[in-house]
Amino acid sequence: MKTNHVNTFFWEDERVDGVDKVTGKAKYTAEHNLPNLAYAVFVTSNIAKGSIKNLDVSKALAMPGVLDVIYYANCPAVPGYNSNAADRPKNVSEWRGHKVLYDNKIRFFGQPIALIVADSLENANAAIRFVKPEYEQESFETNFDKARLNEANLKGAINYKRGADVTKPIAASVNAEFNIPIEVHNPMELQATIAYWEAEDKVLLYDKTQGPKSTQNIVARTFGLPEKNVRVIAENVGGAFGSSLRSWSNVPAACIAAKKINRPVKLVLTRPQMFSLIGYRPQSWQKVNIAADAEGNFLSINHEAISNTSRYEDFREGIVDVSKFLYASENVTTKYSLLPLDLSTPIWMRGPGEATGCFALESAIDELSYQLKMDPIALRIKNFTAINPENKLPFSDNNLKACYDYGKEKIGWKNRPTAPGTLKENGWLIGYGMSVGVFGAGKGSASVRIVLSNDGKLLLECAVSDMGPGTTTAMTRIAAETMQMPIGKIKFKLGDSDLPPGPSQGGSGTTSTVGSAVDLACKTVQTKLKEMAIQFAPNFAGYTVDALEVKNEMVSVKNDATKSIELVALFKLANQEKIDLTIASNGKTAEQLKFTSNSFSSHFVKLAVNPKDGTIKVLQVVTTGDSGKIISPKTARSQMLGGVVGGIGMALTEKLEIDHTTGRIQNASFAEYHVPHHKDVPATEAWFVNKPDMNMNDIGAKGIGEIALIGFAAAIANAVYNATGKRVRDLPITPEKLGFKSAKA
Amino acid sequence: MAAFYLAPTTFVKAFAIDNVVPTPIPKEKLAITLNGKLLNLEVDARITILNLLREELNFTGTKKGCEMGQCGACTIHINGKRTKSCMQLAVANQNNSITTIEGLQQSEQLHPMQAAFLKHDAFQCGYCTSGQIMSAVACVREGQAKSRDAIKAYMDTNICRCGAYQNIVDAIEEVAKTGAKI
Repeated sequence: MKTNHVNTFFWEDERVDGVDKVTGKAKYTAEHNLPNLAYAVFVTSNIAKGSIKNLDVSKALAMPGVLDVIYYANCPAVPGYNSNAADRPKNVSEWRGHKVLYDNKIRFFGQPIALIVADSLENANAAIRFVKPEYEQESFETNFDKARLNEANLKGAINYKRGADVTKPIAASVNAEFNIPIEVHNPMELQATIAYWEAEDKVLLYDKTQGPKSTQNIVARTFGLPEKNVRVIAENVGGAFGSSLRSWSNVPAACIAAKKINRPVKLVLTRPQMFSLIGYRPQSWQKVNIAADAEGNFLSINHEAISNTSRYEDFREGIVDVSKFLYASENVTTKYSLLPLDLSTPIWMRGPGEATGCFALESAIDELSYQLKMDPIALRIKNFTAINPENKLPFSDNNLKACYDYGKEKIGWKNRPTAPGTLKENGWLIGYGMSVGVFGAGKGSASVRIVLSNDGKLLLECAVSDMGPGTTTAMTRIAAETMQMPIGKIKFKLGDSDLPPGPSQGGSGTTSTVGSAVDLACKTVQTKLKEMAIQFAPNFAGYTVDALEVKNEMVSVKNDATKSIELVALFKLANQEKIDLTIASNGKTAEQLKFTSNSFSSHFVKLAVNPKDGTIKVLQVVTTGDSGKIISPKTARSQMLGGVVGGIGMALTEKLEIDHTTGRIQNASFAEYHVPHHKDVPATEAWFVNKPDMNMNDIGAKGIGEIALIGFAAAIANAVYNATGKRVRDLPITPEKLGFKSAKA
Repeated sequence: MAAFYLAPTTFVKAFAIDNVVPTPIPKEKLAITLNGKLLNLEVDARITILNLLREELNFTGTKKGCEMGQCGACTIHINGKRTKSCMQLAVANQNNSITTIEGLQQSEQLHPMQAAFLKHDAFQCGYCTSGQIMSAVACVREGQAKSRDAIKAYMDTNICRCGAYQNIVDAIEEVAKTGAKI
């Protein structure tokens, strides 16, 4: 009997797919080179609104290597485009398909108007300029700041009210407006699809998607196919942050082209197209009003928001929701409206809704703390709630206080000046700021195929995808821990719609949802192994399943080391090749539904502001997360560090600029839309409470991806105020907004 | 050169695209050494090294992130010097020696920089990683890794949207500190 590999499952902590990624072997969507592949490129509109009177494609068609130019007049009928309105809800959340090349209408600047298909990328690109559109222009509106002022432009207001008007004496109140510009996900991998019709009614797609099953469903509905005839592969996803949560125009366009020319077609968006064709965080205006009594108790919170959507679809996110439940306040009102503009449709971007809402709420609380002359952490603790005041359910766990304690200590909160603008180091103004982030922790349904072979190797499969957080690693570790076997013997396969159904990777739900299915599948296999041992192994007859355990690749009698059998030997005895099961795990149980579950974070920032020109240098960040049990410490830490980098971009550098005279995006490149680079990122420490939340699911783990970013921008804004006494409520906080004399715009 | 870019309208008109007659693009002969192997190719005169690698030669380890020289995902070494392959026409690289991420390993073992990236989890999605590693190797070889600030300055050409910057600097610093020739 071997007993020398106890706990070896835990020491390997590198990403299980890491070697493929550092050697360049990992294949991303556009890297699958099928035989006879054709290349497609979009021709896009250079007006913001109107219609195409005439589109001359003859010259483009005559260019060398061009196989076809597809546009509204010659585009084959797409069954899903014509289906009745009931099947095409206008709400993005319900229908995630995107129509393209089907009519002559222009809805936003940069909209695809034609698709050139050629035998090489060079030939396709060379033909773009030969497509000649003649437009009928219409007046349009892309200016959010202007359009939102007219009530008639707004739609779909949702109101919420709890409690009553405040009658107690108000000691302090904040009433402030906040603006966040459009931010663009800009993952490093370009959005891409390769479509290949294997038969008249059967299509294979390599697609950059956060949800292979979602894309499969949309393509099946769009092209009138049974789901089983659509296979979507997304083995590696090069970042997405929400941008690949729906099928954009590239998906139907590649399918249409591949069918029309009867060849596999590859369509990869360009970086400028990544700014207009795959969604963005919508522009928003918010107004937050908080009133408190002299002790700092929140008497009321009013939170109002407007965010933009397109003219052709409604996109809405939970901007004001955070004000309903994060703090104890009896009286809360919220109002959230949409402002349709002549732009493309937004989509969830990391920390959707809450990142926007928390910037306003967490900035406002900081403002209030100065009025009350209270420490902002003490003010938050004063209004801490263990019960969600919106649905009256207890939080399954809420360890924000532990986050405060850790962050406070590590950032050196004791050095924070209580009067802003009074601390200097080396001639720079120094400020400290903190904030809170929160996001719902869900558990949905997922299925996992589990195969334990007679060589002792374990295979798990699920049609989820991994856009970078390390899902493959986390799932492998969950299996290793439940099975108590080495990580090296486990393989988790994902990114293929042919595998058992899993959720789209979004909303920080993958680890909880798929992880619960993995855990359940492993436990089911363990029961089967125990039954096998009882039936086939000589020492085990007469024992019950409950008396046995599976660990270290053996079935053993609990508390009796002499009675055990290795799994490989057991398979031999049973003359069985493998255990092969598909296990479905459902959403929360009745017991779990007695709680409301969230992940929480608290961010701490120390920064310096140059009083000569307003340059902001982030000096130190401590970011803390309360997301239950940490499955994979190394990748979890990386997610938190990444959230900080994204948060620095949101707070200090990122803004989409639109020329409202033409509707054109002015800064559709990395040179002009500034995402943080190496030099923008300070020494950052990430810390987790790491306490399993067993009220939430059986694995005790909650999501990290969103809370890593949510709230962070407010920590920066609060630190900037602490350093300078200047409150900036419009992101990004660029030097000229601080009003120092020599600041350049 | 300035005169060319500031050419009067009439000059530009003479080259107006309406007057261009579509003609097939002849292939050009190109000899390059790719990861130590001499290749004699016939290539489209307009193809970049990046697209040649990815679309023609199936060397997809080199990534396309912007095609404008702004993100660094396509970083390779040409004659030992780090270069953004999207900014290089293939035919302008006659007889040049190219090293991509696929050519970094000298044996079955990971290159020290690859191993350090793995150890420090210096990536998440992995898409910028090839470019980061090729830049990182050049950073150490060129003696630009003397401090964290120096590393950040050299590596500022390479964007990582997942935000693995701190871990990337940790990895480079560790490799540089060993003093080993890489």
